[in-house]
Amino acid sequence: MFGPLIVKPLKSKGAKTGSWRIQVKPKFLNKNCIGCKICILNCPEGCIQAKEKNVMTVDYIYCKGCGLCAVMCPKADVIMVEEKSEGEKK
Amino acid sequence: MENNLLFRPGHTACAGCGQATAARMVIEAAGASTIVVNNTGCLEVFSTKYPDTAWGVPWIHSLFENSAAVASGVEAALRYLGKKDTVNVIAQGGDGGTADIGLQALSGMLERGHDILYVCYDNEAYMNTGVQRSSLTPFATNTTTSPVGKDSSGNIRLKKPLPEIANAHGIPYVATSSAAFPQDIQRKVKKAVSIKGPKYIQIHVPCPLGWHHQPQLAQQVGKLAVETGLYPLIEYENGNLISVRKIQPKPVEEYLKTQGRFKHLLNNPEQVKIIQEIANNNIERYGLSAEGGTSSGGKLEMAAA
Repeated sequence: MFGPLIVKPLKSKGAKTGSWRIQVKPKFLNKNCIGCKICILNCPEGCIQAKEKNVMTVDYIYCKGCGLCAVMCPKADVIMVEEKSEGEKK
Repeated sequence: MENNLLFRPGHTACAGCGQATAARMVIEAAGASTIVVNNTGCLEVFSTKYPDTAWGVPWIHSLFENSAAVASGVEAALRYLGKKDTVNVIAQGGDGGTADIGLQALSGMLERGHDILYVCYDNEAYMNTGVQRSSLTPFATNTTTSPVGKDSSGNIRLKKPLPEIANAHGIPYVATSSAAFPQDIQRKVKKAVSIKGPKYIQIHVPCPLGWHHQPQLAQQVGKLAVETGLYPLIEYENGNLISVRKIQPKPVEEYLKTQGRFKHLLNNPEQVKIIQEIANNNIERYGLSAEGGTSSGGKLEMAAA
């Protein structure tokens, strides 16, 4: 009747918080990246991952577009770009 | 993927939340073999929105005030089962749940000597319910229960010295940290979980909603709080101050002008002077000033980490 009261761990991926972004989203240029991992450490969402040593990717399904990574990056390798269209956010 | 299995994306924290960063750092440093007990607060609400949970470890929430008491029970049960040596217990809460509502549970836990790490995420007001002042709110802060007006310039009381109160219990480890220094959090949590007995860590977490600053500036605001001396990063072991983060002290205006909650102070130099005095007292008391600075407090030079 009420469903399970104890939920399974790591189920938070159900909330697609990427739809919270307004106007801008981060873009990882992956040109000057030195692999310092400051963006990974500081991302409140924890949705930045290192694909290879100096190649970072961001999961737009969960990124809320706060812009911390763009401000913190010591090599200015992350820039905030306009959202292309309303449909792409989802 | 492995590196953030313990605190997953998809939680509903505000954009730019410092608490989400800090919570992830704490649980990653403590490792998978951990039981987390949470007070009511922002962290509890945004990370475990029913039926979802961001946590990859066993996680309990009971009431606003008693995470320390529940964690004491968890620790006692683990000790009875003979599993305490392999499992860490972390109790955590916000500043209101720690310093106001949960203070007696925290004090009891520290006094009974349970082997628990208590983590306080200090965002300096009750952010979850709409920015009411708590006893960890700094002087002259504009909150909804200490509003700014003709005769008032915000919170009239000073911040409660909670690390000192915890240290006065004679516990083995007390530290403060900041979400703007993620590696510092990880180092201190790793050190704390390796020590037996009650431990207390207080982490300063920027809150874009309650502090009224842009979300992308969260880490810079947190850094400025440390660099002005208003939030000293200190470490006590067995009652002795063993290390502090040395700073080149900046004037407090640089910190105050970044946030809307201190906007009323910009044309009120007398209040700013009082806040500068608080910062100077911290710098003197803990010897925060780096070599060549103006402050005389340098008795811990050899202990600087």
